[in-house]
Amino acid sequence: MLNQTPIWKYFLVLLVIGASALYALPNIYGEDHAIQISAGRNAQVTENMIPSIQSLLTNNEIETKRIEFADDKILVRVNDSDTQLVAREVLEKQLGDEYFVAMNLAPDTPQWLAALGGSPMKLGLDLRGGVHFLMEVDMNSAIGKATEDMVGDFRTALREENIRYRSVKQVGDAVNIQFRDQDTLDSARFFLRNRNPDLVFTERDGLIIHATFSENRLVQIRDYAVKQNITIIRNRVNQLGVAEPLVQKQGAERIVVQLPGIQDTAKAKEILNATATLEFRMVDQDNDVRDAVNGRIPPSSILVNDRSGIPQLLKKRVMLTGNHIIDANSGADEYGIPQVNISLDSKGGTKMSQGTKDNIGNPMATVFIEYKATGERDSNDKLIFEKKEEVISIATIQARLGSNFRITGLDSPKEARDLALLLRAGALIAPITIVEERTVGPSLGAENIELGMKAIQGGLILVLIFMLIYYKAFGMVANIALIANLVMIVGVMSMIPGATLTLPGMAGIVLTVGMAVDANVLIFERIREELRDGRSPQQAIHHGYDSAFSTILDANITTFLAGLILFAVGTGPIKGFSITLMIGIATSMFTAIVLTRVLVNLIWGGRRLESLSI
Amino acid sequence: MRLLKINSTVKFMRLRVPALVFSTILIIASLGSLAVNQLNWGLDFTGGTLIEVGYPDAANLDEIRRELDAASFGDAIVQNFGSSQDVLIRLAPREGVKSAEVGDQVMLALRATGKNVDMRRIEFVGPNVGEELTEQGGLAMLTALICILIYVAMRFEWRFALGSVSALAHDVIITLGLFSFLQLEFDLTILAAVLAVIGYSLNDTIVVSDRIRENFRKIRKAESEEIINISLTQTLNRTIITSVTTILVLLALFFVGGALIHGFSTALLFGVVIGTYSSIYISSSVALLLGISKEDLIPEVIEKEGEDLDPMI
Repeated sequence: MLNQTPIWKYFLVLLVIGASALYALPNIYGEDHAIQISAGRNAQVTENMIPSIQSLLTNNEIETKRIEFADDKILVRVNDSDTQLVAREVLEKQLGDEYFVAMNLAPDTPQWLAALGGSPMKLGLDLRGGVHFLMEVDMNSAIGKATEDMVGDFRTALREENIRYRSVKQVGDAVNIQFRDQDTLDSARFFLRNRNPDLVFTERDGLIIHATFSENRLVQIRDYAVKQNITIIRNRVNQLGVAEPLVQKQGAERIVVQLPGIQDTAKAKEILNATATLEFRMVDQDNDVRDAVNGRIPPSSILVNDRSGIPQLLKKRVMLTGNHIIDANSGADEYGIPQVNISLDSKGGTKMSQGTKDNIGNPMATVFIEYKATGERDSNDKLIFEKKEEVISIATIQARLGSNFRITGLDSPKEARDLALLLRAGALIAPITIVEERTVGPSLGAENIELGMKAIQGGLILVLIFMLIYYKAFGMVANIALIANLVMIVGVMSMIPGATLTLPGMAGIVLTVGMAVDANVLIFERIREELRDGRSPQQAIHHGYDSAFSTILDANITTFLAGLILFAVGTGPIKGFSITLMIGIATSMFTAIVLTRVLVNLIWGGRRLESLSI
Repeated sequence: MRLLKINSTVKFMRLRVPALVFSTILIIASLGSLAVNQLNWGLDFTGGTLIEVGYPDAANLDEIRRELDAASFGDAIVQNFGSSQDVLIRLAPREGVKSAEVGDQVMLALRATGKNVDMRRIEFVGPNVGEELTEQGGLAMLTALICILIYVAMRFEWRFALGSVSALAHDVIITLGLFSFLQLEFDLTILAAVLAVIGYSLNDTIVVSDRIRENFRKIRKAESEEIINISLTQTLNRTIITSVTTILVLLALFFVGGALIHGFSTALLFGVVIGTYSSIYISSSVALLLGISKEDLIPEVIEKEGEDLDPMI
């Protein structure tokens, strides 16, 4: 008999639809108002903190729904937004600066679903409200600074090598070194070439060596400038207490920052633009720390706390500031002991060398200075920033230091990594500017979701009615497939980690609803044609599906191709739209061809039919 | 129920000369409008600042203009958006680093009088970013067309490929022409819509081409024109029904989707109509004009692709 479905196909369809439905399910549950606690630089969040947080909140008569620990963060779920505000204040006061307390909306996915990896779709900023910044790193100044360093570096190196030069000058992004005679020039070129493999040296008229960066080195400089800025921005974003921030490199010289839920963009911008610096100072060993703590601070010294809060007495004179640092990396020495390697620019190298010359064997402190927003505003409505100083390391100087040196005596590789990160964060070699900003207020976000949902519902109902009237019983089958298709789109969107639902994405879903029935229209029209040509109903169904298949495949592949190109080339709204379009095409192929065939076979297949309700 | 009860073949191709003339006129008019009026480029492409604010009651636009003028934003364009409470303020790109802060300053100026103004969205796009987006958008469109050309040429025949790509170009140019003629704002979402029109129109064209190919192989004794007419007649019902369902959802999007995607649904609505027309008249006419014939479509292997594979259903 024609039009029978093998048992395994029923299972396949049930499995696919069931799995999609399961993963679409978390979207039905709402979101909890929650407070997220994450650790600052020197602290750690552990599961053991839950009882104390619970009792703290209970003492303040704050009712909690659930407190959970995951990914080094504690999530406190409460019942409403008012409780959320109060709880945040209480927790912030109690936990202090070492922890970041952020308000958040946490999906209320039941635990059994979450255990299966189920989570709702991620909403784009246009649907949930928040700020999107696109920042551009000023590469000109990064390369300018590197060129500046090259000038100083050449001078020192040539002098040390006793090669006499007439002048070393910066010309744009290159350096010209002039000599008095050809012999000196030749030996200088030989020396410099060996010393700087990542530079390109050419000879110019007038006894000049022209030095430029190799393409490799330029890429390195740019890359480093972006990486450094990302590190700094991440640190600062943490201060904002945003639940799920995104800081990401985009293209060669841009950084995307997304802060969901932030309303006060002015504040966000000020904090992102705040500065952090580093200073190297000698430790004051002539005076007693205890006297200083008791108020007798010597005039030439200052008192700065270290990371565990223990005060340290340091010399007031700053030996070197952090803006001379060009690079800092963590690593290990030949015995596997963690260390941080620091590179300074030439000016910094000279200063360091002079400063350490007479201090071998003495301890040197590295002080990290950052400006944290206090949350208060001055009369001009500008945020007030508080200067925070902290000793991040004290190390003994082993030898006279130059432009490359290392800090040892660190407890763990993690500490070395943290220190390297802080050192890098201390010196901004290339400033950043905001080149794009998109802020969506919470009211608009909520409205966008509502309108998008309405459009989807409205479109769906219209199509359902039309199909039912036009194709009767077969229309009903197509309608079931259409609804299954929507469930599958939502399920797949929830499953793919990178997929974000945006307003254009919702428009894409609406369009998919309209176009998804196309496959069924093609099949049904074919069946009607076959019936008109005098085939039996079973034959008509069989041939209808068969001959429509390759048409549907071709049509969908080409549209999918268009979607793929949109995704690859487009940004922002275009990406959001193309993702749902592509997913919609893929799922509609399944529902419109496989699912409807199974249903049609189930209803009409395998028996004698006089006519079809089509 | 059947939309059209057609028992004899409709002679579509008899009208192909008038249709080509009609399309040519539309394309020339569109290109003319694009040259003279150009597109009303949105913020995404021009750069600048856009602020949408909500007032609790109907907003007084003149008062807002005065407030902005006082804060030295005299060049701002102020208009309602969607409803009388919603106001859209646009500012051209400004020189200087502080341009990213314009949005915040405007909000301060509006709130200075102590009014309860709801910030709904702020968009700032730097001038360079805008230029890049224009380039990227154009590039996306071109890449899409070329890839489709290659795929269709491989799957069908180069005459069909040229036919369908000229149909796509036809749709894109006329849709852009409409936006230029009506001076509707052209932003990134409209670009996405135009690209979706490409997808839709392509879908339509492929279905028709597929049927033409099939009939060339099945019906041995007929002229090319006759076969195209037969194929178009056979697919006519499907073409119309799919257009109807798509237009239905787009109408839903247009009327309830909100002001933000008004432009998007307008572009798509128009594009679907044009795309339906072009899949009937443009792609097949061009293929016919290029001299498509039976010999081109009856190659060594007549079997349909995938026939040797197990059926999926």
